[in-house]
Amino acid sequence: MKHLRFGYLTGPALGVLWTFVLAVTVAVAMSFATGEAFKPSLIWSVIFGIPTGLALVWGGTARTASVVLAVVYFVALSLGIGPVLTQNASLVARVAAALFLGVGIGWPLKVFVEELSMGALTRHEFEDAVIRTLKGFGYIFFTAIVVIPFYVMVMTSLKNQAQLMQNPLDFSIDLSQGWGLFRSYVELITEFNFGSYMWTSFYISVLTVFITLLFAIPGAYAVARLRFRGQAAFSRSILLIYMVPMIVLALPIYIAFSMMGLRNSITGIVMIYPVTTIPVALYMLQGYFRGLPAEVEEAGLMDGLSRLQVIWKITLPLSLPALASVSLYVFMIAWNEFLLAFMLLDDPSKFTLTRGIASLNSSEIPRQHLMAGSVIATVPIMALFLGLEKFMTKGLTAGSVKG
Amino acid sequence: MSDIGPPRGAGPLARSEARLAWGLLTPTIIAVSLVVILPLLAIFWISVKPVSLSDLRAPEMVVREDLRGRPAEAGDEAILRYRLRNSSPSSEITGVRMEDTWPDGLTLAGELDPRCEIAQGRLSCDLGDWEGGYRETLNIPVVTEQAYFDAGRDVDDDPVQIDGKVSFVLTNGEFTFKNFVSVFDGGEFWSVLGVTLFYTIFGTLGAMIMGLFASMLLNHSFKGQGILRGLYLFPYVAPVIAVAFAWILLFDPFSGSANALLIQMGVTDGAINFFGERPLALIMVTLFEIWRYFPLSFLFILARMQSIPTDMYEAADMDGASPFQQFWYLSLPQLLGILSVLFLLRFIWTFNKFDDIFLLTGGNAGTRVLTVNVYEQAFAVSNIGAGAAVAVVIFACLLLFSVFFFKFMSKEEGL
Repeated sequence: MKHLRFGYLTGPALGVLWTFVLAVTVAVAMSFATGEAFKPSLIWSVIFGIPTGLALVWGGTARTASVVLAVVYFVALSLGIGPVLTQNASLVARVAAALFLGVGIGWPLKVFVEELSMGALTRHEFEDAVIRTLKGFGYIFFTAIVVIPFYVMVMTSLKNQAQLMQNPLDFSIDLSQGWGLFRSYVELITEFNFGSYMWTSFYISVLTVFITLLFAIPGAYAVARLRFRGQAAFSRSILLIYMVPMIVLALPIYIAFSMMGLRNSITGIVMIYPVTTIPVALYMLQGYFRGLPAEVEEAGLMDGLSRLQVIWKITLPLSLPALASVSLYVFMIAWNEFLLAFMLLDDPSKFTLTRGIASLNSSEIPRQHLMAGSVIATVPIMALFLGLEKFMTKGLTAGSVKG
Repeated sequence: MSDIGPPRGAGPLARSEARLAWGLLTPTIIAVSLVVILPLLAIFWISVKPVSLSDLRAPEMVVREDLRGRPAEAGDEAILRYRLRNSSPSSEITGVRMEDTWPDGLTLAGELDPRCEIAQGRLSCDLGDWEGGYRETLNIPVVTEQAYFDAGRDVDDDPVQIDGKVSFVLTNGEFTFKNFVSVFDGGEFWSVLGVTLFYTIFGTLGAMIMGLFASMLLNHSFKGQGILRGLYLFPYVAPVIAVAFAWILLFDPFSGSANALLIQMGVTDGAINFFGERPLALIMVTLFEIWRYFPLSFLFILARMQSIPTDMYEAADMDGASPFQQFWYLSLPQLLGILSVLFLLRFIWTFNKFDDIFLLTGGNAGTRVLTVNVYEQAFAVSNIGAGAAVAVVIFACLLLFSVFFFKFMSKEEGL
């Protein structure tokens, strides 16, 4: 590492690294966006990256670097050389690619190497530059791996089978179709009954939330506040139960439901879902109740409220944020639940959304229907999540840190 | 000398508090034991039972009654026919007795089956034991009288009463260890266990390392941090079925974008069947697991990171520690606690994971883990008993893990 700590070495090394990262990124992004052939090249990245890195360590501003690089890359793309190679891509695509490359390489790289000088570097300067580059890579990497599957999901749902087979990379949408774009969605709702599946999923999830809270609030309060023998053992068994895999329980539940005639009924599902979520809810709420100041409750007790009144009038209003988090988390679990719905529901008129999607997975039904179904299932939960992110994040952490 | 000291035992207040506590807990305890404890016991019971999917319906005695021969007027001969059947192909029914009202206006014309008798307008038959798949037709020759036609009733208007002792495989006293033998027999179990361990260990570690990186990216505040944090949680929040199918589509060997991209970039020549080849399929499902669960680790680690006091880093900076040194000697030791708790938790959960692999590969191409094996045995091979035996094995592993977990957690979290 020591002999790398010179500006004239670190700069070009980071330049090459970043140029290649951006070349791959732009190639992938452009391929996905236009369906045309873009190809990153390591050798060209080295050739272009070294002078870029050197120049930026030597001087220049982020703005000039971006402009100069954009022009250079446009020329390179047109000549068929450079870190991103393309054949007969359209002019618009080439301009866009050059712009992305120019700004994407020039701007961040200048920020990365800003504090470097040509000569020997301190360990601090060197590592700072390396870490910044790695972070830049991290942002691109994580964003890419998260976004690509969802992008593919949405775009596939808007295309038709023939277009997909012809060029699997071409995700450009033909906007001239207007509403025809949403054909898959319309068909799902009119022919495949997805409207009713959505409604079923929704009310099952809401019922699950209410039943869970009904059981979990008193239980959590008892575990958190009241003293009784076996309290510690109880806390632990909640955790233990939380860890029993669903598939182990699903088998006997399947048998019992078959024999009791509860299979294929919403009642059966509504009976079983809350029980899978009660331990989680109990654990989350219990943690929160413990954190509430006991003095407030004791004051209530002194003023003549009974314990139940204390829970109703003091504890619950104080724990509304926690209740919101728990409700959201439980709603998410119920909405996303797949295994039990898959095993217990066979009657298409009673499917939940996840079960409905599973039934779309056959060779006779086109793939874009499957993806449209996935989008229908994903969008509500995402909307809920983005709208109430604060509660959701809290719920996720509380629900998983401890259990 | 009088007894001086703190009061011992529970006072009335403490007792009433404990009573209230149990009162509040009872509904939960009942619900949870109905759906968790009871099924767990059931799993142990079923695992030593020779039961297959078709045995789940209790055997029934099916009887159909009709009058053959189309009698048109009084004096015509006809045959009163009872068709009898055991609905189960394998289970026995013992001591079957049938009773029916003897239809008005029919007289016996010939010999009655020796097992039957007619008394006081009722026909009763002692049909003995029926083995699985038993079928019989009981023919009783009769002569019609005018009264039969006057009544204008069908013979099967009066329901036939039939009962017998049903031996139901789930409740009888027949036990077997064949299920466990078939689970451990043949090299399959060990390969399944190996796959499970690979998936669990690498899935857990991968998700944690990715989570650690992601949380380092978002540890300092900047514009758009909230959006990125929300975005990075998407894989975990989205329904598993949606993202699993998106992955399948993305990596499809024929029309998948990933293959098209790789071919275009010259990484491979032909299409790769990502979810269909050994050992690539196993690596892919592990990657999926990492992808789907890194947000969880990330969320936790970020929460812990943000609670590390910044003055520690300032002090380290003053002392000349480089960023890597700060990470290695400051952040990592601070995070060690949460990382190990996370590892144990995620380990157990990944071990328990079913949906992901089931949806991605269905357990084919060398990706069958224990949980998928439960489903395969119980529903694909229709051997519920063997499925239950695998479930028992899973449960045993789980108990083992939780011993570790509690030993460790009590130290870490003061539980």
